[in-house]
Amino acid sequence: MTQDFPALGLILLFPALGVLFNLFGGRGAGRGAVNLVGPGVIFAAFVVALWGFIKLLAMPPGAALVCSLWPWIAAGPFHVELGLRLDALSAVMTLVVTGVGALIHLYSAGYMADDADYARYFTYLNLFALSMLVLVLADNLLEMFIGWEGVGLCSYLLIAFWFDNPMYARNGRKAFIVNRVGDLGFLLGIFTIVAALGAHGVWTLDFVALERHADLLQPVAVCAALLLFFGATGKSAQIPLYVWLPDAMVGPTPVSALIHAATMVTAGVYMIVRMNFLYTQAPVAMDVVATVGALTAFFAATIAIVQTDIKRVLAYSTISQIGYMMLGVGVGAFAAGIFHLMTHAFFKGLLFLCAGSVIHAMQGEQDMRQMGALRKKLPITYATMLMATLAISAVPPFAGYFSKDLILEGAYASGHVWLWLIGVITAGITSFYMFRLIFMTFWGESRVTPDKLHHLHESPAVMTIPLVVLAIFSLIGGWVGLPDWLLWGDAFKRFLAPIVSRPVVGSFVMAAAHPAAARLSLSIILSIVALAAGLIGIFLAWMLYLRYPGAPARIAARASAIYEVLAEKYYVDQIYDLLISRPLFWISGPVLSDGLDRDVIDGFVNGAGAAVEEGGATARKAATGNVRDYAFVYLAGALAVAGFYVYMVVR
Amino acid sequence: MTPISYFMALSAILFAIGVAGVMIRRNVIVMFLSIELMLNAVNLAFVALGRRMGSMDGQVIVFFVITVAAAEAAVGLALIVAVFRNRETVNADELNLLRW
Amino acid sequence: MPPLVFAFLAALAIIASLGVILQRNPVHCVLSFALALTDIGVLFMGLGAVTVGFLQIVVYVGAIMVLFLFVIWLLNTQADALKPRGNLGIKFAGAIGAAVLAAELFVTFSSYPRMREIRTMPPDFGSIASVARMLFSDYLVAFEVTSLLLLASIVGAIALARTTTGAASPALPVTGGGDAPAGAPGASIASGAPARESA
Repeated sequence: MTQDFPALGLILLFPALGVLFNLFGGRGAGRGAVNLVGPGVIFAAFVVALWGFIKLLAMPPGAALVCSLWPWIAAGPFHVELGLRLDALSAVMTLVVTGVGALIHLYSAGYMADDADYARYFTYLNLFALSMLVLVLADNLLEMFIGWEGVGLCSYLLIAFWFDNPMYARNGRKAFIVNRVGDLGFLLGIFTIVAALGAHGVWTLDFVALERHADLLQPVAVCAALLLFFGATGKSAQIPLYVWLPDAMVGPTPVSALIHAATMVTAGVYMIVRMNFLYTQAPVAMDVVATVGALTAFFAATIAIVQTDIKRVLAYSTISQIGYMMLGVGVGAFAAGIFHLMTHAFFKGLLFLCAGSVIHAMQGEQDMRQMGALRKKLPITYATMLMATLAISAVPPFAGYFSKDLILEGAYASGHVWLWLIGVITAGITSFYMFRLIFMTFWGESRVTPDKLHHLHESPAVMTIPLVVLAIFSLIGGWVGLPDWLLWGDAFKRFLAPIVSRPVVGSFVMAAAHPAAARLSLSIILSIVALAAGLIGIFLAWMLYLRYPGAPARIAARASAIYEVLAEKYYVDQIYDLLISRPLFWISGPVLSDGLDRDVIDGFVNGAGAAVEEGGATARKAATGNVRDYAFVYLAGALAVAGFYVYMVVR
Repeated sequence: MTPISYFMALSAILFAIGVAGVMIRRNVIVMFLSIELMLNAVNLAFVALGRRMGSMDGQVIVFFVITVAAAEAAVGLALIVAVFRNRETVNADELNLLRW
Repeated sequence: MPPLVFAFLAALAIIASLGVILQRNPVHCVLSFALALTDIGVLFMGLGAVTVGFLQIVVYVGAIMVLFLFVIWLLNTQADALKPRGNLGIKFAGAIGAAVLAAELFVTFSSYPRMREIRTMPPDFGSIASVARMLFSDYLVAFEVTSLLLLASIVGAIALARTTTGAASPALPVTGGGDAPAGAPGASIASGAPARESA
């Protein structure tokens, strides 16, 4: 059942007002005002979202709050109205976006305190929040795409925030263009859906209507699902379109936290869960999603273990964790995927903010080899970062353990044993490189250069308070989704069940396939295996970075070929440049611009003019001015006419 | 008597001679003369055919042709005089100001 | 008319015409032309068009040819001697073209049937009275318009050929023939004896 809730519009209105204020009045109003408005509007949006969420809890399962905004497209039978829909799924997303977003906005007030382009930063950040909320609250696929594009734009604006540096600008462009390639797939997916439904006379993209007519999509399900997924690989940085995310780290660190960890990159996962009625009809597509997710998770994790830039480690970690989410939704554990999305927002956002705190204290230095033994100087940062690392390493009772565990359980239970194995190995690698980060940064001997030493102090409260809040959630955030045999079980999944009403894998399937006792033991065994992998990773990191600090260098020297490949990120950027960028530039330049445009088309046009000139120059030679020549022409004509008569006579 | 076709043949020959004269000679006055010759050849044809058809139309037309030829000769020769005054030549090949 | 007379007159006309186009001295050309015109006039009379024949001789030979002679005298045009050869190609082509034209006309005319018949005419065929009758009835408009035409041509000829005061006009030859007058540059070639012109 749906209930009208006009206040939903406020969730969009507040960030929009923030954008306008910061855009037009920000510079004049001064830092204090921008500090208040920028984060303030997001807090306000969070409050409204919370209000909506509480209302939703009181309603029966499967209910939704709606708010229609504006009739947009009316093209014959095809209608698209802009409206908002707050159901269980979008409520979770909205709370995450506004909650984590508000904290990061607050953090930014401290982090960007020394920057001159203060107002512009908050304009873009608010604009991003607005776009993300449009994406999440959209009640139809086309409106979601508006938000999709909007966050892509804001991502570009914020990555290239300090655009005076040409490399930053280039990375921003790279992000936008790679995203755009994915967007093409998304659009083609939308078109496929419209065409498939239109053939039956159904002309709508509204999610509720789409789900109702889902069986009409059966013929094109695989195609549409894969196309939409291709768009998701761009936005969510999976293979093959992940290459923009590591380079996006040149943006301000809060941007990396918000956009490239907590929210935008998760849009792809959200979209797949939203369209679960489509994906469940295309098992092939779901297998593709799961496989791509697992491989990406493993692939990115292996790159992360050799990165020396603290933010790059976290970037590849993000790619890897989203791979887990894709694995989750790909095997049918939709709720688990969203669950991991939520916990990931907590701990990854926290990780980035802590990294920002470290970088802030190190006056901009991001190379971990220049750090070490920082835990005494940055206690709060250290403590919160450690909590986040424990969460991502899936150590109970932290949040990451429960969400990752559910995904792996779902993978195993649905029969994807190989993907489960990859997931487990990747979990080990994850904890390895995360603790490597912790040990290199906060433990060991200090490699900090003297000029930075005296500036090393903890960040101001405006930055540490969000750290603490997020750390708390990194601990308790997972407790809404416990395994079935523990306490209240998986409340999260029950909450989302009406949305993902198609067959869901995980404990349910296990319930069907295995007898009760076997189910319980299998679940416990799987959990222990995953936990063991994580602990092994931590142990290895301790061995290599604390116990025997010289070991990594020796290993790198011995296995230098492998080290090179990993350090160069498997040469993917170079491969893309060779296979895609250069041919494209070649086609644009010599072939099209010079060849086609200049030689053929201009040649044709200029040639036409030249031909006329030549023709004229030749033709004017007939005007000799000599009367006798003209008379000769007359004669020739007369001969022709007379000849015609002769011909008539002869015939 | 002589068939009319003989007169037509004579007319054709005289006309051709006139055409040849226009092409061959460079003196504009002689060219003009050749043109008059052509006109006369046509006059002959008119009269002959008129006689053949038994009507007076041919002769009346010739009457007009002669008149027009006279007028044209006057104007044409006046032109030649004017041109001669400017260019001092009656050689058609040298009167080529309209050349490209 | 009897065929023999016709043959004689036709031959004369052709010879005179050839003389028009082939002779060097323009005065000779004009005189040849006068002969040809007279010949054609006689042919007219032979065909029964007596009025037109007389008109031809009186108007054409008497007036137009004299006009030509006057102009030639006025321009002091003499034989085209010592001029560079003209474009031989076009002369050749022109002559050939003329011959071809004649042949085509031949073929066309000779194909018409009944051109070989001879008829007798009513007695007043070609008389002044009948011509006048036609002029003032069927061809009245043409008659009146022609008078306008003559007026226009008179005005035009005068306008074209008159001299504004001071403009040089070629001096009249004091003696017949002789050298070109001083001050007349270029084109008119002075020569006493007409040399063979390369036409």
